[in-house]
Amino acid sequence: MLQLLYRSCGLLLLLTGPALASAINTSSGWNMPPGVTDISREIYSLHMIIFWICVAIAVVVFGVMFWSLFVYRKSKGAKPAHFHENTTVEVIWTAIPLAILVIMAIPATATLKKIYDASDAEIDILVTGYQWRWHYQYLDQDISFFSNLGTPRSQILGEEDKGDFYLLEVDNPLVLPVGKKVRFLFTSNDVIHAWWVPDLAIKKDTIPGFINESWTIINEPGTYRGQCAELCGQDHAYMPIEVRAVTEEVWLSWLDEQRETAAAEAASGEREWTLAELNERGAGVYTTYCAACHQADGSGMPPAFPALRGNPVMTSAEGRDKHINAVLFGRPGTSMPGYGTTLSVNDLAAVITYERNAWGNDTGDAVQPSEIRALLDR
Amino acid sequence: MSSSSYYVPATSKWPIIAVLVMGMLAVGAGLMMTQGSGLILLVGGLVGVAWVMYGWFRDVTLESMGGLYDAQMDRSFRQGMAWFIFSEVMFFAAFFGALFYIRVFTLPWLDGEGAKGITALLWPDFVASWPLMNTPDPAVGGPDAIINPWTLPLINTLLLVTSSITLTFSHHALKAQQRLRARNWLILTLVLGGIFLVIQGIEYVHAWTELGLTLQAGIYGATFFLLTGFHGLHVTIGAVILLVLLIRLIKGHFTPEQHFAFEAGAWYWHFVDVVWIGLFLFVYVF
Amino acid sequence: MTSRSLPRPVVQQSASEATAGGAAAGHHAHQPRGLLRWVLTTNHKEIGTLYLLFALLMFFIGGTMALVVRAELFQPGMTFILPEFFNQMTTMHGLIMVFGAIMPAFVGLANWMVPVQIGAPDMALPRLNNFSFWLLPVSFTILLSTLFMEGGGPNFGWTFYAPLSTTYAPPSTSFFILAMHLAGISSILGAINIIATILNLRTPNMRLMDMPLFVWTWLITAFLLIAVMPVLAGVITMMLLDINFGTSFFDAAGGGDPVLFQHLFWFFGHPEVYIMILPAFGIVSAIVPTFARKRLFGYASMVYATASIAILSFVVWAHHMFTVGLPLTAQLFFMYSTMLIAVPTGVKVFNWIATLFRGSISFELPMLFSLAFIVQFTIGGLSGVMLAIAPADFQYHDTYFVVAHFHYVLVPGAVFAILAAAYYWLPKWSGVYPNVKLGLTHFWLSVIGVNLTFFPMHFSGLAGMPRRIPDYALQFADFNLLSSIGGFLFGISQLLFVAVVILCIRGKGEKAPAQAWEGAEGLEWTLPSPAPLHTFDTPPEFVPERDSPSRH
Repeated sequence: MLQLLYRSCGLLLLLTGPALASAINTSSGWNMPPGVTDISREIYSLHMIIFWICVAIAVVVFGVMFWSLFVYRKSKGAKPAHFHENTTVEVIWTAIPLAILVIMAIPATATLKKIYDASDAEIDILVTGYQWRWHYQYLDQDISFFSNLGTPRSQILGEEDKGDFYLLEVDNPLVLPVGKKVRFLFTSNDVIHAWWVPDLAIKKDTIPGFINESWTIINEPGTYRGQCAELCGQDHAYMPIEVRAVTEEVWLSWLDEQRETAAAEAASGEREWTLAELNERGAGVYTTYCAACHQADGSGMPPAFPALRGNPVMTSAEGRDKHINAVLFGRPGTSMPGYGTTLSVNDLAAVITYERNAWGNDTGDAVQPSEIRALLDR
Repeated sequence: MSSSSYYVPATSKWPIIAVLVMGMLAVGAGLMMTQGSGLILLVGGLVGVAWVMYGWFRDVTLESMGGLYDAQMDRSFRQGMAWFIFSEVMFFAAFFGALFYIRVFTLPWLDGEGAKGITALLWPDFVASWPLMNTPDPAVGGPDAIINPWTLPLINTLLLVTSSITLTFSHHALKAQQRLRARNWLILTLVLGGIFLVIQGIEYVHAWTELGLTLQAGIYGATFFLLTGFHGLHVTIGAVILLVLLIRLIKGHFTPEQHFAFEAGAWYWHFVDVVWIGLFLFVYVF
Repeated sequence: MTSRSLPRPVVQQSASEATAGGAAAGHHAHQPRGLLRWVLTTNHKEIGTLYLLFALLMFFIGGTMALVVRAELFQPGMTFILPEFFNQMTTMHGLIMVFGAIMPAFVGLANWMVPVQIGAPDMALPRLNNFSFWLLPVSFTILLSTLFMEGGGPNFGWTFYAPLSTTYAPPSTSFFILAMHLAGISSILGAINIIATILNLRTPNMRLMDMPLFVWTWLITAFLLIAVMPVLAGVITMMLLDINFGTSFFDAAGGGDPVLFQHLFWFFGHPEVYIMILPAFGIVSAIVPTFARKRLFGYASMVYATASIAILSFVVWAHHMFTVGLPLTAQLFFMYSTMLIAVPTGVKVFNWIATLFRGSISFELPMLFSLAFIVQFTIGGLSGVMLAIAPADFQYHDTYFVVAHFHYVLVPGAVFAILAAAYYWLPKWSGVYPNVKLGLTHFWLSVIGVNLTFFPMHFSGLAGMPRRIPDYALQFADFNLLSSIGGFLFGISQLLFVAVVILCIRGKGEKAPAQAWEGAEGLEWTLPSPAPLHTFDTPPEFVPERDSPSRH
C-alpha cells in the first residue's frame, strides 16, 4: 500500500516534473525534526517508537489480510470454513494491543512529567498573541517588542520570487541564550493562537485572559522557525515565529543594544518630527499593522474593514480627533483594536499622519508624537 | 397484542408545516438579533409553532381515541418521550457542567490557585468568590447583590416539590377512576406551577432592576439566568402541557387503563422539578 | 389488529389522508403524487431515499468547497482566493460534510435498512421521521445563505472555538447557530425514532443479540446522538448569548473561560466522531461475511466492542485539547483513556480479517469498497494511536498530520463505507445491479485519488505545516501539489457514482433477484428486488436458531 503510494507519487512527479520545477523546493524532510532540546529529542524518539510499532502492526494486519484475500479466493475454488468464534484468539488479540499500549504509555508519561516541570527557570518571557503578530516581553530584562511577518507582500502575491524562508521570517526575532532554562508564559490579547516551534517541541495555545506555561533549554545556537498553530482569523498563516538561539555573551550584548534602541526611541518621541519623516515611518507601520485589513492602497474590505482612502475621517480636519481616537483606543463593537498600548507614540503618530496623507488623502496634516503622548497620558 | 400485523400511521401535513414555521422562527430570530428587524417572522414562527402543536397533537389525540393505536404504538410513544426527556437532561447537563467547571477550575485559576494559577499575573486584583460579585475585569461588573435562597427561591422549591406530589395524587385518582378528584388535584398542580412562574417573574424583575443581577453581570449573572431561564421556559412548557391535559381530563379523554398523554406530561413535570432541585442547590444555595 | 373494526376518527384530513385508518392492508392506495408525495411521505424507504439524495447533494457542495481549498493550496502564495474566503470555505466544508453529508447519509441508510432488517413495516414514529428529514434542507439553506450575508459566512473552523466565533465573529454567526439548532433537533428526533424502532418493532423472536450488526451499531449511534446533540445545542446557545446578550461565558474578563467552550464542544464532538464511524462498522460487518461466504467472526465481541467504544467516547474528549494547557493529571487521564479506545477498535479489525481467513472470497463492488475501508480506516486508526500520545501530540496537534488522520477515518473510512453500502443495497433499492464497469472505474479512481490526497498530508504535517492556512512555506509545496491533484481526481471521479446511481434509478442494468448476493444473510434479502414501498405488513418469521447472526 505504502510503497505503491510512494511509487505513484514518484511517477507523478516525474511526469509533471519539468513544468513544476519552480514550485518544488528542496524539502526539509518528510518527518518530524528531532529538534535542539532534550525534550524535543525525547518526543522525537517517542514519535519514532510509536511510528515503528504502528508500521509493524500494519504489516502484520495487512499481511494476514492480503494473504487471506489471495489464498482464499473463490475463483481459485476456496471453500468457506464454518468457524465464527474462538475465545482464546479473541482474548489474545485484546490482551496484546493492551500490553503494547501500556509499553507506549510508560515513556510517554515520563516525558509528559518533565514537560510540565517549569520550575527553576532563569529567564521568563511573556508571549502574547495578537491578530496577527507576536509580542515578546522579557519580564526581568525590561525589554518588549512586536514580532511581525518579515516576508514582503509582493512575494505573497507572486509579484516577486519567494525567498528561502517565505512566511517563516520575522522583523524582530525572539533572541534567547543557549543552555539556560527559559520559561514561557503564554497569553493572548484577542483570540486563541498557538505558539509552535517544532525544533523546540513547544506548542502551546495562548488563551485570552489566561496564562499557559512551558519551558525550554536550547542546546545548539541557530535559528528555529515556527508558526501560529491555532486558527485565529484571516491572517492566521501570516504570523510566524523566529527564535534565534545565541551564546550567552551575544545575548547579553543584544540585550544592551535593545535597551539603547528603546532609549533612543523614547527620546525621539519628545522632539518635533517633519511631515516627511512621519510619512516615511508611517508607511512601514501601516504595511505591518494596518494593511492586512485596510489594504495596502487604503481601499479596505467594506463593510467589515472600511476604506481609508477618501474616508472623510481621514481627509477632513473635523475627523482628526475621531481618527486619532480610533487608532489609539479602537472602535468598540468592531474588529478594530486600539493600538495605544501596543505601539510606540512615534509609530502611532507616524501611521496616523501617513493615513491622513497617503493615497490622495493629502491633508498635509502632521500628528506629532508629543500630541499622542499627551492623549495617552490622560 | 398485535403480533400478526403492524399499525402504520398515515401521512400528515403537520410535519412539513412544522418545518416551515420553525424555519420562519429561526430566520426571524436571526434577523432580530443581527438587524433588529424580522419581528413579524419571529412572532409568525412562534404562533405557527403553537398552531402546529395544537393541530398535530389534536390529530394524534383523535386517532388515539378512535382506537387506532395498538400496544406497540403505545410503547413507541413511551420510548419516544423517555428518550426525549433524556435529551433534555443532557441539555441541562451541559449547563450544569459549565457551572461546575467555572466554579471548580476557572475562578480559582484566575485568582492564582491550582494548576494554572500563574494566570493571576494578568488579574492581580481579582479575588475569586461564589457568587462572583467582582469580575476579573471591573469593566464588566458583577451584580450588586444576589437573591437570598431562603426567601422566594425556598418558597418556589416547596411549590414545585408539592406540585409534583399533587400531580401524583391526580394520577392515582385517575387510575382509581375518580375523575373529579383527579381533576381537582391537577388544577392544584397547575395553580402551584403558575404561582412558581409568577414568583420567578417577580424575582427576575427584582434581580434585574434592583440587585444589578443581569445577564451581563459577569459569569454569575450569565449562569444564573442561563440555568433559571431555561428552567423557567421548561416550567412554562410543562404548565401548558398540564393545561391541555386538564382540558382533556375534563372532556373525559383518559381511561384508568389508557392515558399515556397524562403520564408523559407527568414525566415531564417531574423532570422539571428535579432540575429545579439541582438549581436550588447549586445556583442559589451553594 | 383491533383497529379495523373501530370507526374512523373524526380527524380533519385532506383527501390524501383519507386512509388514516392505517389498517395495514388499506394504506397502500391513494398516495399523493408528484412533489407533494415526497413532502408528505411518512414511508421509511422514501424518507431514506430523501436523506441519501440530500447527503449526496451536500457531499458535492461540501466537496466543491474542498476543491476551492485545494486549488488555493495547489501552490504557495495568495493565488486564487483571499484568506478570509479561504477560512469560510474550510469552515463550511467541514460543517457541511459532517452535519450535511455523512450524518444524513447514515441516517438515510438507517431509515431504509433498519426496518427491513428487523422485520418492521416502517419506523416507529413515521411522521416525526418526515419532520426530522425536512428540517435538514431548511437548516442547510440558512447555513449556506450565511455565505452571502454581510461580512461573510462562518470563518472560524468547523470547531468554532470561542472567542473567534463569538466576539470576533462575523454577524452571520447567529444564523449559523440557529441553523445548527435546527440540524440538531433533526438529529435528536431522528435518533429517538431509530432507537424506538429498534427496541420496539423487531419481529417476534428477534432478540437484541439476533440483530444484524448494522442495526446494533445504529442502536448505539442513536444513543450517542441523543446524549450529545443536546450538549452541542447547549454550547451554541451559550455562544448566542455571548454574542447577542452580553454574557461572559467564554470571556475571562467577566469570569468565564474560552477553554470551557472547548470542553463542552468536544464533549459533544468526540462522540460525534464515533457517530460518523460506528454505522460504517455495521456496514462492513454485513458486507465482508457476504463476500467471504462465511459468517462474521466474533458477533458478540463486535457488539461489545462497539458498546465499549461508545462508552469510552464520553471520557476522551480532552485529547483534542492537549495543547490548551490542561493540568498534568487531566493530560494523563485523557491520554490513557484515548489509548484504550485502540483495543476495541483493534478487535473489530481483527474480527473482519478473521472473517476473511479461510473464507471463499469474491471481489464484487461492495466488497472492494469494504476491503479498502478496512485498510484505509486502519491507517487512520494507527495515526490515531500516535496522536493519543500526549507529548508527541504537541508536535502533531493542529498540523496536516491531524488533517490526514481524521480524513483517513472519514473519507477513505466513513465515505467508503457509505459507498460500499450503496453498492451493496442498490439492487434491493432499485431492482438492478450497479453497472460494474462504471463502478470499478469509480472504485479505482477513488482509491488512487483519496490516498494521493490524504497520504502526503501525513508528511506535510510532520514536516511542520499547520492546518487551516491558505498559504505555506516552500518546503511543503511538493506534498500540497500532490494533495491537490489527488483531491481533484477524487472529487471528479465521484461523478461516476452519480452515473451509477442514475442508471440504477432508471432501472438500466442487470435485474437483481431477491437474494441479490449469493452469500448475503438477513431479512432484507427475503424481500423482492426492488423492495416494494410497503414491506413486512405482517411480521416475518424469524427463527433465531436458523436466522440469527449469533447462532451457534
